[in-house]
Amino acid sequence: MSAAGVTAKSLGALSCHVCGLLVSGSYSAAHSARCPRCDAALHSRKVNSMHRTWALLIAAGVLYIPANVYPVLTLVSFGRATTNTIMGGVIELVHSGQIVIAVIVFVASVFVPIFKIAALLFLVLSVQLRMKARPRARTLLYRFTEFIGRWSMIDIFMISILIALVKLQALATVTAGPGAIAFAAVVILTMFAAMTFDPRLIWDAEGEDDDGR
Amino acid sequence: MAIDSNFTYTEAYLACPECDLVHAVPSIREGEQGRCIRCGALLFVRHKDSLDRALAFAMTGLMFFILANMFPLLTFEMEGRSESNRLIDGAIAFWTAGYWELGIVVFIFSVVAPLAVLLVLITLLLPMRLGKAPPSPQLQVRILTHLKPWAMSEIFILGIIVAFVKLQDFADVSVGLSLFAFVLMVAATVMAYMTLDEGALWSRLKEIQA
Repeated sequence: MSAAGVTAKSLGALSCHVCGLLVSGSYSAAHSARCPRCDAALHSRKVNSMHRTWALLIAAGVLYIPANVYPVLTLVSFGRATTNTIMGGVIELVHSGQIVIAVIVFVASVFVPIFKIAALLFLVLSVQLRMKARPRARTLLYRFTEFIGRWSMIDIFMISILIALVKLQALATVTAGPGAIAFAAVVILTMFAAMTFDPRLIWDAEGEDDDGR
Repeated sequence: MAIDSNFTYTEAYLACPECDLVHAVPSIREGEQGRCIRCGALLFVRHKDSLDRALAFAMTGLMFFILANMFPLLTFEMEGRSESNRLIDGAIAFWTAGYWELGIVVFIFSVVAPLAVLLVLITLLLPMRLGKAPPSPQLQVRILTHLKPWAMSEIFILGIIVAFVKLQDFADVSVGLSLFAFVLMVAATVMAYMTLDEGALWSRLKEIQA
């Protein structure tokens, strides 16, 4: 074997997606393909990874538009109503001088969702085009994308707290807007998209290269 | 690397979950960790008293979770009137406002999943501590793995901070007792996850079942 080492796939073995146990192909073929240690279904690669990630990404991309166009919350205070979109909420925080919080919300709600969609799109395309360059950097990009995705929920939790707390009728009332549903859907869909993508596919192109020569 | 590929399943080797490269499982000391030589993914960890510590943190977390549900998180005052919210009120408010989808999502992410993580950890580790087999260890480990990304307590804390800052602009807001309990619950849960070493878990299970 070369310095690149051996993959489980080249040994005909699979590693459990849940507990990581290394199982031989002949064992999984003979025993209904469930992990002997944790009983999870065994697969060499995540099932239909490319198709699922594509579908989830497209759905997230479509919902990204209403998530940003429709208001996510409305504040009525002394008869005056202010309606905010996701970006509007950030701008309001800047105007009231809360720069640190504004940056946090901007990163979590505006930057992270679009970054996630773009990064996963790039990763899926790089696998489909059998790109060989910089697999380690692409794995790092994947790891980062998977890690940051959940943090976009900040805005949804913030809205849930405001509508539960601010309900003093004419004095001050906060209501949620339809954009919040679309926004939460984008966050959840991109989380699923990151989960269905299999980073091992990035490295499979390298194996093909070895076999070809 | 010479690998004896004549196995049905093995704990002597491990394939990297992110790039599939096979590594021989090294004997590492407590506090050390091993990463994949090809992609850098974290592969091996060993913690001192891993299972005992994880159990202690999970039980601490459960106590604080109960406290976090008993008192208000924030209290909001305006023109002599006030309103407080508990942990589950956000989910209820979405539900009653007609946004039932968001109500369910917030309920799962901020209440159900964080509680379930702690309960699964305790029902897994407490029997093992007492030398008995847990009710269904395989299922419990799988639930834990799948639940982890959806327990978003730490993100909920940031949501509270942002809501607090936004409200300060036009009313008096004060922090409730439950907020402190909630922050401590998150810290305990994170520590439970950080100290839990799955390799130790499987080998201890094997000892118990043998």
